[in-house]
Parts: sequence; structure tokens; C-alpha cells
Amino acid sequence: MPSILAASTAAASNTAPFTAPHVEWGKLSPMLIVLGAATMGVLVEAFAPRAARYRLQVGLTLLALAAAFAAVIALHDTPTSVAAAGAVAVDKTTLFFQGTILAISFIAVLVIAERRTEGGQDAFAAQGGSVPGSQQEREAVRAGWLTTEVYPLVLFSIGGMLLFPAANDLLTMFVALEVLSLPLYLVCGLARHRRLLSQEAALKYFLLGAFSSAFFLYGAALLYGYAGSVQLSNSDPHNPGIAQAVAAHAHGPALLYTGIALLGMGLLFKVGAAPFHMWTPDVYEGAPTPITGFMSAATKIAAFGALVRVLDVGLAGSVDVWRPVIEIVAILTMVVGGILALTQRNVKRMLAYSAILNAGYIIMALVSTGHDALASLLFFLPTYGIALVGSFAVVTLVRDAGGVEATDLSRWAGLGKSAPIPATLMSIFLLAFAGIPFTSIFVGKFAVFQAALAAGAPQLVIVAVLASAVAAFFYLRVIVVMFFSDPMPDGPTIANPSIAVKTALAVSALVTVAMGVAPAALLHLSNAAAVLAR
Amino acid sequence: MDTYVPILALGLIAAAFAIFSVVIGSLTGPKRYNRAKLDSYECGIEPTPQPVGGGRFPVKYYLTAMLFIVFDIEIVFLYPWAVAFDALGWFGLAEMVLFVLTVLVAYAYVWRRGGLDWD
Amino acid sequence: MPPSTYAPVAATGVFTLTAWVVALPMIGAAILLLGGKRTNAWGHLLGCLAALGSFALGAVLFFSLLGKPGDARSYDQHVYTWIPVPGFSADAGFHLDQLSMTFVLLITGVGSLIHIYSVGYMAHDDNRRKFFAYLNLFLAAMLVLVLANNYLLLYAGWEGVGLASYLLIGFWQHKPSAAVAAKKAFIVNRVGDVGLSIAVMLMYTTFGGFAFTDVFNKAPGADRDTILGIGLMLLLGACAKSAQFPLQSWLLDAMEGPTPVSALIHAATMVTAGVYLIVRSHVIFDISPNARLLVTIVGAITLMMGAIIGCAKDDIKKALAGSTMSQIGYMVLGAGLGPIGYVFAIMHLVTHGFFKAGLFLGAGSVMHGMNDDVDMRHYGALRKYMPVTYVTFGLGYLAIIGCPPFSGFWSKDKIIEAAFAQGGTSGWVLGCTALLGALITAFYMTRVMLMTFFGEKRWVEDEQGHEAHPHESPKSMTIPMILLAVGSVFAGGLFSIGSSFANWLEPVTGRAEGHSPINTTVLSVITLVAVALGVGYAWRLYGTRTRPVPALAPAGSPLTRAARRDLYGDAFNEAAFMRTGQWLTRLLVYFDLRGVDGVVNGVAAGLGGSSSRFRRLQNGFVRSYALSMFGGAALLIAALLLVKA
Repeated sequence: MPSILAASTAAASNTAPFTAPHVEWGKLSPMLIVLGAATMGVLVEAFAPRAARYRLQVGLTLLALAAAFAAVIALHDTPTSVAAAGAVAVDKTTLFFQGTILAISFIAVLVIAERRTEGGQDAFAAQGGSVPGSQQEREAVRAGWLTTEVYPLVLFSIGGMLLFPAANDLLTMFVALEVLSLPLYLVCGLARHRRLLSQEAALKYFLLGAFSSAFFLYGAALLYGYAGSVQLSNSDPHNPGIAQAVAAHAHGPALLYTGIALLGMGLLFKVGAAPFHMWTPDVYEGAPTPITGFMSAATKIAAFGALVRVLDVGLAGSVDVWRPVIEIVAILTMVVGGILALTQRNVKRMLAYSAILNAGYIIMALVSTGHDALASLLFFLPTYGIALVGSFAVVTLVRDAGGVEATDLSRWAGLGKSAPIPATLMSIFLLAFAGIPFTSIFVGKFAVFQAALAAGAPQLVIVAVLASAVAAFFYLRVIVVMFFSDPMPDGPTIANPSIAVKTALAVSALVTVAMGVAPAALLHLSNAAAVLAR
Repeated sequence: MDTYVPILALGLIAAAFAIFSVVIGSLTGPKRYNRAKLDSYECGIEPTPQPVGGGRFPVKYYLTAMLFIVFDIEIVFLYPWAVAFDALGWFGLAEMVLFVLTVLVAYAYVWRRGGLDWD
Repeated sequence: MPPSTYAPVAATGVFTLTAWVVALPMIGAAILLLGGKRTNAWGHLLGCLAALGSFALGAVLFFSLLGKPGDARSYDQHVYTWIPVPGFSADAGFHLDQLSMTFVLLITGVGSLIHIYSVGYMAHDDNRRKFFAYLNLFLAAMLVLVLANNYLLLYAGWEGVGLASYLLIGFWQHKPSAAVAAKKAFIVNRVGDVGLSIAVMLMYTTFGGFAFTDVFNKAPGADRDTILGIGLMLLLGACAKSAQFPLQSWLLDAMEGPTPVSALIHAATMVTAGVYLIVRSHVIFDISPNARLLVTIVGAITLMMGAIIGCAKDDIKKALAGSTMSQIGYMVLGAGLGPIGYVFAIMHLVTHGFFKAGLFLGAGSVMHGMNDDVDMRHYGALRKYMPVTYVTFGLGYLAIIGCPPFSGFWSKDKIIEAAFAQGGTSGWVLGCTALLGALITAFYMTRVMLMTFFGEKRWVEDEQGHEAHPHESPKSMTIPMILLAVGSVFAGGLFSIGSSFANWLEPVTGRAEGHSPINTTVLSVITLVAVALGVGYAWRLYGTRTRPVPALAPAGSPLTRAARRDLYGDAFNEAAFMRTGQWLTRLLVYFDLRGVDGVVNGVAAGLGGSSSRFRRLQNGFVRSYALSMFGGAALLIAALLLVKA
């Protein structure tokens, strides 16, 4: 035994003396603020009295998001650099992604925190641990308990999302992936109504998420085997990263290709691309609707950020290899999303398939590693995300007897007459999804299609346009049902939401229209932001 | 090859310890049988016969187990830190305090919310 | 001579107000639509203010333009860049020159008067606020249309006026006839919109941009066939919007809308958008004689059709609508004549805007007094009961038949003259058509005048048994009528003194003198004789005491019966499009039943079927999802390895 200790101390003394790594706290501040606030949130859960928790948590969450957003703004002209000993890339793209995620999360939290539509209670189970339908559950509901853990969980998830597109090495990326995913698995299972469906969704999401994480990790290991580094890029010639290894054709390609495939699969799972999309409708349907809105928008943005980072920074040298595969995935995703959405009768599932379809559009922008393609992607994501949050927020308002959300399309008949404002807002979002001019997503789609054409992928654009035509049908069908059918005699009631949700809806709709009418500012911003630390 | 000798030695010592414990236990321990001792045993759970519909496992068991794993993993990080304490210096101390505090936050939550109460 | 290049300068100083001309009614519409019921109390006033403010700004711009030399009256105002992605840019910008200025004054001027008129006319309507919101929306869209400095924005305005027109025709949507008329107008206009959109796309592919600067400066160097295609597609757009043959059928039904709408949108402004489009795109038409020829043919056919329909209608608004078609036919004819006709087409457009809006407002005033009865056979002798309406309507009447020195005389005479000046056989044919049109115009307008204001009372009780109590309308209605009547009397003369209007427009459209085979004075005399014949014949039929107007329409000749049915415009549509459509559908269903999917049904069924098939994969079991993911990952690896192998 002494020999072991001696050997290890000898090994320690043989190496160069330890120098503490330099941590750029300032550049990491957006993430640190959010994760710190999440930790604070856990303490609030531990020590604050039950009655005060809701206010404290919501205040803390919104404050943290606003502070982190301010930090992003303050960092906006930081020179492109790599922080935390090469683990985190701080460049314009990172900051754009972080700002977008924070802004959309802020709006999403306004909807998550809603209590008025449920008569003083929120969208989450009174006590997550109680068995559905049990005496314990009834008591918890009667006592008016709230699962305020949701807020720190959401904050942790946002912290992971902020790190995900910034990660410059695969291990950091994996940690970010887990930090963003695990809390989401939990909150997905916390719906107040239809709890079994919600728990089933959470379990499915967890199992499949873990499955895909394993693929990601395996892919990372293979790439490490190929390049001898987990860093995506490192300009130090003594310590080359994956990008440098790919450029130098370090080894035989089998490791590289298998690594790309497995890593790519882990990431494509998160964006809901076919054939890794199957969790999407089930989870979107089962999860509490405000959470669905949040995760469908924010997770997708973060995951596309990570995909951009991996493909454009780490694997840009082998673009010829992965580009055809990405094209196939894009086509498959658009076809599956577009066709399956046609027969959906449930609004949430329809939106889930529409999310798959839109993921297909966004993947189109990945086929090129050029500046314009990235800029178009950066434009598309926030506009799409905000419309998505808004549309799910409208879904939370339409309630059947007993407060259960009326998500069946037939229940939405005549909503335009009985509730003109929510119906109009929903129509705005749906028209945007359908890509009608003067809505934000029209411009986004236009930019993406243009970029794909410029990248020499007209076949993608053709499929995308055809898919858009199919998609217009199922988006407009909802509008037709809302405005051109007569209301049902025992139709759903429309909850009158709090000022927070009204604000969230108004902002979403306003941005959706404004970015369609006057998108120049955001286009310029996304153009300027399309700079990666390579 | 020399560098692998300590690993090999570790494996041998571990195996020797295990064999030694089992053998010495059976040789020296008192042998008084009762019903409970003859039950099949799986981490505190009765594996057979299973209740109708698969039955439910007490969730408290998982809580305790998870807490154990959290602290277990904490220890895993503490060991190498302790070994390299001199080299890591104040930076190491600060980082480790941060880490332990973070785990403590979770611990405080579990404690305050009754995660450690069995009933 | 046509202007050689199109080179507007950037707007500075007072000309930056151009955007505000559009913005005011747009803001008005936004406030009224978003404000909802809260704005009910003052909504109509806000609507009027927005229109008047826009008119005031227009007037400021007009006098500022007058202060500049003739060839320096062309300004571009860049508002913002809509989509600046690499390789493509769509700007929103306004272009102010003599042509758009003319339209701005017409639209905001007549528009303001009709806003004011509507305050009284719609006083008892519960949705008056919404009505004003739509009117403001229309103004904004129409101003975008005429002020746009590129075809994409023009198209946006074009669609905007279509929407406003649809909303306003169907304003009383509780009446099925109004709802149907609105739909019809919308659908017929879609046909034209497709034409315009194809023209815009062709322009983009040919000239690499939508801006007038791109199109006008590059057109002379472009392929002639492409130019012809663009011209024909523009004409298709113009036909639908301006109710020209063969897309004329919607205008008569559009009279289901409230009368101020008929006056503003379906007489004075929107329906003339087609004429604007042609004149604005004159560069295209200048270099494509074939496209121009088709324009003149369309104009000539429509001016006859409209006139004939106008003769047979007993509904006062439909008679006037037929007349509108016919008069726009004159304008299109004038525009098709090229540089010899552009300025007169626009001049007739402006004078027509005055007198036709006045006539419609007069008709509205009559209906207001007659329990909303529109049948002229139930009118008669109203001149004693509605003196103001009678006088203003009468002045409009004199203007439209082309009685000197009223407005219509100056503008219509010039178009007839220009048609003859076209020369050759086509000149004679077009000229004689225009001349005949003038005769028929005089006939049907005299008929309207006599049946409404002269003769015996033929009043009837309405459905609720209320007796008609004709009375003069309130001040808010009569004052706009008086102002429009003033325009009907003097506008044409003012425009013609020293060719002031032609000189004003010449820098934009160019101008050429034709060589009429007939002496212009002789031609004017011939025209007046034709008008006198028309008036006299109408007097003999409807004016003499010995032959009172029958309360029920007589059977009439085949031509009359045809005209009553809009010269079978609807029947034609039904036979040509609806029946064939239905027949095609039935054919498809037939083949479908035989197991061969029709193209359209097949795709839909195919998609639906594959959707259901795919759906079976989504079975809810985690294990199959995981399997699919695993298979997908395997495929990814295989694909990657294959790509390189």
C-alpha cells in the first residue's frame, strides 16, 4: 500500500506544478447567475414558509432571467474568445443564443407562473409525489399546496440551455445536456390534470432521453478516440482539438464517421428530428402545457446551438461527409412532420408535429457551414420560439369543465365567436407557422430557404415548399374550425388570465407580427451575430 | 509495465480482503438461525411473492438510496482532492468548498422537506 | 415625348411627409379595430379626422410639388428595408410624382367627403365604428397602392384594397346577398391578383428587382416577349380590379355594400386602380403595341357592355354601376392608346371620380329618403322633395353625359378624339365605339334622371308597411354632395384651360399628339349630336306625360332582357367555370370510384392515407420508439460510412 501512495505522489511531483486555471467569471456570468439563482431557489424551498414560496420563487426566477439577460447585453461586444480553460466559447453566436433563450424563457415563465386560470392554483400537481387519485392527493389539493420546485428546476434547465450552445468541448456539452434535460423530465410529469398521462410522458421522455444521452456519450468517446481531444477546436498546435484533427486527417475515418453519427443522433433527438422524433408528440401532449411551450421553444433553440457548434466548429472539415446525411434527415423530418400533422385531432399533438416539421426547416440551414446559413438559422429560431410559446399559452386558456384543457380540435369550434381575442391570437401564431407574409416566420423561412438554395440544395427547398403547402392545410383548418364553425352548446370556457399571461401573449403576437413587417433589425442582428469561435 | 503494478496490487488486495472477510466470518461467527435470516433479501424489499399488480415499492427507499449516492459521489471527489491538496492550494480549497456547499443545499432541502423522515 | 429615364431623387424636407399621408389612415384603422367598443362613441370622428389629415398633408405636398420645376417633381422616400437577406431585398418606399399626387388628392379628397357623408348615412348602424375602421383601412391601402415605389409594395396595397372592398361589400353580412356579393368580388379579384402576382414575379426574374427604378430603366432593353407577357398579366390584374371584360361580373353585385362604399370604392377610387396600374407601367406598354392593342379592345368592349347594362337596370345603384364599368372602359381605352391617351385617361378618371361619387351619394340620399328602396320604378317626382339632391345629382348628370362646359365633356371628348387619332382601321373602330358609348351614356343617364326626379309619384309602401316620406338628407350628407357637384362642374374646365392637366402629367407619362382624321371641332359637334340623340330618345320614352313609367318592368326586347341579366356575365361564368368545375369534379369522382385516384383527390387521399399508416408507428410504446431511434442511429452510421466509401 505505501508503494501506491508513493507512486501517486511521485506522479504528482513529476508533473509541472499545478497552476490554477483562469476562470473568466464575467464571461460566464449569464450562466452563473441563472444556476446561482436556481440554487437559491432550492434554499427557498428548504427554508421559506409554504405560503411565501410562490411569490419568492417567481420573483427570484424572473429577476435572475432579467439579470442574466442584462449580463448578456453587457457582454455583447466581448471579443470572440474561449473561456474557462477552453471549455466554453464566448462568441457572438453564443451570446445571441443565450439572449434568445433568456428572453423566451422569461415569457415562458410568465405563463408557467399563471395561477388565475386555475382558480388560484398553477398548472402543476399539488404534490408531485402523491399517487394520482389517492386520498393524499386530494388532501394536498384541498390544502392548496403548490409544487414550487418547478421554478428552480426550470432555472436549472435554463442554466443547462445557456451552456449547451456555448460548450466548446464535448464533455462540457454533455454536462450541459444533462443539466438541461433532467429537470425537464421531472417537470413534464407534474401536470395537475390528467396526471397519469403526464407521468407516462415524463417516463418516456426520461427513458428515451437517457437512451439518446448514451449515444451522445458514445459518440463523444469515439471522437475522442479519433482526435485525442474532446475539445471541438483548439488553436494551440501542441494540443489540437477535433477540428484540427479532422483537418489533418489524423486517423482512419471509421472512428470519425461513427462518432459523428452517434453524436449527431444524440443532438438530433433533442431537436426532434426524424427518425428520433417519436417522443415529441407524446411528451408535448402529456406535459403541463406551459412547460410544453417552454421546452419546445427553449430546448430546441439550445439544441440547435449545440448542433451548430459541433457541426460548424468541430466537424466543419468533414462537411462533405455529414452534409448528405443532414439533408436526408431534413427531408425525412419535414415529410414525417408534415404528413403526420394532417390527421391530428388534438391541438397539442398537432403543434408537436408542426414542431417536428419546423425542425426540418431549421435543419436545412445546417447543410452549409457558411455565414449566411448560420445567420438565417439565428433569425428563424427566436421568431419561431416566441410564436410557439404564444401558441401554447393560448392552449392553456381553453378549458373544459373541471379545468381540464380542451385540446381536442372539435372543442375549439366557434372559438372565434365565443372568445375572439384568444382565437385571433392563435390565428396570428398559426398564420405565422404557415409562413404567411407579414409574419415573422415567413421572413425566417424565406431566409432559410434562400440560404439552402445558395448552399446548392434546391431539393431541400422543393421539399420544404411542398411541406409548407401541406402544413398550411392543417394550420388553416384550426382557423377554419375556430372562425367558421358554430360554437358547441356545451363548449369550453375561456379562462381569463392574469396580466402576466396577457403580457406574454401580447408580446408574442406583437413580435410575431412586427418581425414580419419590419424584420430588418433582427436580420441585421443575426447577421452580425453569426460569428463562431473556431 | 511498472506503472501497472500498483493497480494489479490493488486488485489483489481487494480480492484478498473479500475472501478473507467471508472466510473469517464463517469460521468465527456464532450461528443462530431464525426465520427472518432465512428470508431472501434484496435491499430491504420482499422480492417474492409479489403483490397483485406488481405492487409498489416504498418510495422512501429510493430517496435514501439516492441521498446515499449523492454523498458517495461527493466522497469520490474529496479523495483525489485530499491527495493533491498541497498542489491545488487555495484554489482547490475554494472550489471544493463551493462543491460541498452546493451538495449541502440539496441536503438542506431534503432534510427540511422531510426526505429523511421514514414515516 | 416619353421621359427618357426614371430617376427620382431622395425625398427631403416637406416631401418626407409622404409616409404620413399613408400612416394617418393606417393609424386610424388600427386604433378603431384594436380599440373595439371603447371607441364607439368617437370612432367616426377619428376616422374623419384621419382622412382629413391625410388630405391636408396631400395638399401641402401638392403645393410643394407645384413649387418645383416640372421635371423635378419626382421623389422617392425610403421607409425601411423589409427583408435584407443576401441576394434579395424588398424595400418599402414611397414614390411621389405628378401621377401619384393626383391620385393622393383624389383618394383623400373624395375619401374625406365620403367619410363625412357616412357620419350621417351610417348614423343608425350599430357597427358604425367598424365601418369607419374599414374605410380608413381602405384609404391606407389605396394610398399604399398609388404611392408605392416598387411593385411588391404596390401588390401589398392592391391586396389591401381587395380586402377592404371585401369587408365593405359584405358589411351587412346578415343579408345573404351581401355576403355572396362580397365573396364573388373577392374570388373574381383573386383571378386578377394571380395575374398581377405573376407579372411581379416575371419582373423580378427579368429585371432583378421590384423597384420602379429597376423595371422602368431596364425594360427597354429586355426581351420583347417577356415584356408582352408582363403587360398581359398586368392587364389581367387591371381587368379584375377595374371590372373590365371578362372579369366585370362582380361590380354590379358589389352594390350590396353601403352606398358610401359604392361611391368611394366602387366608383371613384379602387375600381380605377387598374387604370393607374396601366398608366404607371406605361414603360411596359409603350414598348409593347400588342399589349396596348389588347388594352384598347378590353376597354372598348367594356364601355359598350357597361353602357348597355346601365340602360336596362331598374335598381338605381346598379344602373350607376353599369355606368361606372362603362366609364372605366373609356379610361382603359384611353390608357391603351398610349402616349396620346394616358393623360386623358387619368383626367377622365379624376373628373369621373367627382361626378360619379356625387351621383352615388345622390342615389344614397334618395334611398335614405325612400326607406332604402333602390327600384327607380318606385321613385318619381322627387325633385320637389329633395331639392339639394336633385340639383347636385343633376349637375353630376350633366357632367357624365358630357354636356359642355361640365367636367365630363372635357375629358370624354378628349378620349374620343384620341381614339380617332389612333389612326387606321382600329382608330375608326375604337372612335366609333366611343362615340356610340357617349350616345348610350346620355340615354341611360337621362333615363335615371327622369325616372327618379321627374314624372309622377310611384311611391310604394315598404315591407313593414311604412309609407315613403321623401325628405332632404341631413347637412353632413348634403354638404359633401354639394362639394362634389362643384368638382363635377368645374374640374374638367380647369384642367383643360391651357392644357394644365396634360402639362402637369406629361413629365410622368409622356405625351404625343395624334393626328385625328376628323377635325377636332367637327368631332366635338358630332359627339354633342350623339349625346343630344341619346337624351332625346330617353325623353321620348320616359319623360313625356303621355307615356308614364310602368310600375312593373315590361318584357322588353331580347337585348333588354340580356342587359338586365348583366349581358349574361354570370351565366357565362357559371357555364364556363362553375359547370366545368363541377363537371371536372364529377369526372374525378367517377374515376376515383373506378379505383383510379384523380390528381387532386389522389394527393390528398394519399397524404391522408400515409398519415394514417405512419400514425400506426406512433404506437405509444417506449420500446418501439427506442427501437426506431436505434435503427435511425444505425442508418446514420451506415449512411456516413457509405457516403465516403
